[in-house]
Amino acid sequence: MQANKTGITLKGSTQMVTEFFGFGLNSILYQRGVYPDDMFTRKEAYGLSILVTSDPKLEQFLKTVLDQVREWLLKKVIKKLVLVMKNVKTEEIVERWVFNIDCEKQVDSENTNSKKELKDIQNEIRAVLRQIIASVTFLPALEDTCTIDVQVYTDKDEETPSCCYESSALLIKDAEQVKFKSFSTTVHKVQGMVEYKVKDDE
Amino acid sequence: MDTLRLDSLPAQQAVPQSRLAKRNSNNKTPSKNPKTPGKSNTPGKPKTPKTPGGDRFIPNRSTTNFQLSSFLLQERSLSNEGLSPMKQENQKIINDHFNIDPNTKILSFRDRAPQPIECLYNSYRFHLKVVINLLSPLLAIDKSLQGATIGSSSVKSSTKRHIPSNSERILDAPEIRNDYYLNILDWSCSNLMAVSLNSHVYVWNATTGGIERLMSLDEGDFVGSVSWMEEADYLAVGTSDGIVQLWDANTSRLIRKMEGHNSRIPSLSWNKYIISSGSRGGQINHYDVRSRNHQVCSTNAHTQEVCGLKWSCNKQYLASGGNDNNLLIWEAQGGQCFTQNAPLQTLSLHQAAVKALAWCPWREHVLASGGGTADKTIRLWNVTTGDCLHSTDTNSQVCGLLWSSQYREIISGHGYAKNHLSIWKYPSMSPLVELLGHSQRILALAMSPDGQTVVSAGADETLRLWKCFAVDPKKARKNEPQLSSKVMMDFTKIR
Repeated sequence: MQANKTGITLKGSTQMVTEFFGFGLNSILYQRGVYPDDMFTRKEAYGLSILVTSDPKLEQFLKTVLDQVREWLLKKVIKKLVLVMKNVKTEEIVERWVFNIDCEKQVDSENTNSKKELKDIQNEIRAVLRQIIASVTFLPALEDTCTIDVQVYTDKDEETPSCCYESSALLIKDAEQVKFKSFSTTVHKVQGMVEYKVKDDE
Repeated sequence: MDTLRLDSLPAQQAVPQSRLAKRNSNNKTPSKNPKTPGKSNTPGKPKTPKTPGGDRFIPNRSTTNFQLSSFLLQERSLSNEGLSPMKQENQKIINDHFNIDPNTKILSFRDRAPQPIECLYNSYRFHLKVVINLLSPLLAIDKSLQGATIGSSSVKSSTKRHIPSNSERILDAPEIRNDYYLNILDWSCSNLMAVSLNSHVYVWNATTGGIERLMSLDEGDFVGSVSWMEEADYLAVGTSDGIVQLWDANTSRLIRKMEGHNSRIPSLSWNKYIISSGSRGGQINHYDVRSRNHQVCSTNAHTQEVCGLKWSCNKQYLASGGNDNNLLIWEAQGGQCFTQNAPLQTLSLHQAAVKALAWCPWREHVLASGGGTADKTIRLWNVTTGDCLHSTDTNSQVCGLLWSSQYREIISGHGYAKNHLSIWKYPSMSPLVELLGHSQRILALAMSPDGQTVVSAGADETLRLWKCFAVDPKKARKNEPQLSSKVMMDFTKIR
């Protein structure tokens, strides 16, 4: 997955970022209680223990998303990955988890241009995941049943794959925003944030 | 120009558009169409605002900069001369509204994420707030099932239950060691209470009332800690010379001795077949009682005496508190029953020795800890994140903590000045009642297996039994407590 000491290849970086999204999305879904506890099992990653879904349907959905994301990361056309939480009844968007992705366009599949240690990258990733897990403390509780949606922002000229369709942005009115730490593999830089609806004072 | 557009538009729309185009070319005054001044330049354009849905893509009025978007709209129609079909046009407008780079397109996945099951779990999440605020959890469930409103139910049921202010029974405990760091009291699942009095360990059978001396050490040695195994009547005894002894209470026989510490053992905690022991030197050792080479792991993260040691209810975490004022959380990894060499969390907010530790029975990652004389606080922790959820000043050293399994309450045992027990409401940590009786400080607390009675060992050489979590028999019968408490556990986890 990672080339020798010279640096990280596009392929290796893609693998790392995809893996991060896998754990990130899973722990968001668990931490926010979108699905019941018993749909998740504990896994070790980056020295953290992270809850990952074991439900076949949800697993399949995430796999579809991640496979596609991996392809886009390789092509360096992905700009954003957004996880949207929507109230099932009112269709109102209550929370958005946005991951902005910057791709270093100069790196091609063979060359590497970085000297960043794998360990440093993993430390950065761990810090981001910690923040995601810790964010439960400040986010308002999801009071009604919520469902999720994943949106990906890509380059305009990128062909729409069969598993996707073009749509408009799903946004929150008067959202509060909290940015997370970012991490960079030197090929891809990922900056996460969460937007949430501030509760109306009744 | 018209034909070009006709090709790209559906036939239905083509007709009115050409009509409009004609009409528009007749009306030479631009003021006829004041709302979209820019678009009146192009013959095909006036259609745009008239089609249903021309406006519906502006959902976010308050965050939209209208002047800017209006300008952008005009500019676009001027430069593009309205050559693009409706759909693309709309898409562009939306994109402009949300300041999205025009080179970006947004894709959604056709596969839908599975719908969250609309079960008790989800629909009850909302009622959670109510449930924890209520004094009686059983009542709370009933009300939320009936769909009672939040406000009324929480007000109505906040009537106080009766907590007897006197101890139900007093046992004599001569020669009890007045040492804050020791853990000399434990009550087993089979209703046996073990207490160490200096060099002896006595077992009081709470069912029959019989008292038996289980073991004695040589003159000069003393017992630092006792702990019952969960599944069997085996008692682990930590001694002043650093040996963990394992006793069978039914036959009163010593099963084995396990060495490994070179100083006294003030704290013990079981995890299945592993006994974890903390020593005066700050080591925590894990002994496998089944195996010949009993020591499976030894850690050295505390710099001073480990006076508090507790495995969590699900045996996933181990909490250890030391005289170095640190509270460490350890995690059992990979299905093992002992911890790794490095702690998961180091919590250093206490200002004195951390002896009193108790894990929440219904929220697996919530821990309550109490500090010594210089600290006097009870803190609640989320151990997965290391956040301190709550801190309460008790005005007295905290010697023991227990969670009620019957009510959402915590009981704490204290020292100077009042030598009292205090019951706190969870999660608000508002004090409910103080139980007075001991004339010297409380050394340890234990709870009966049915969760109704608490025993406190005082330095005044008495053990006092308090029936402070008694279940109302009427209520218990009505609600089938087993079922209800199961449901409670399922949906009251906050993460």
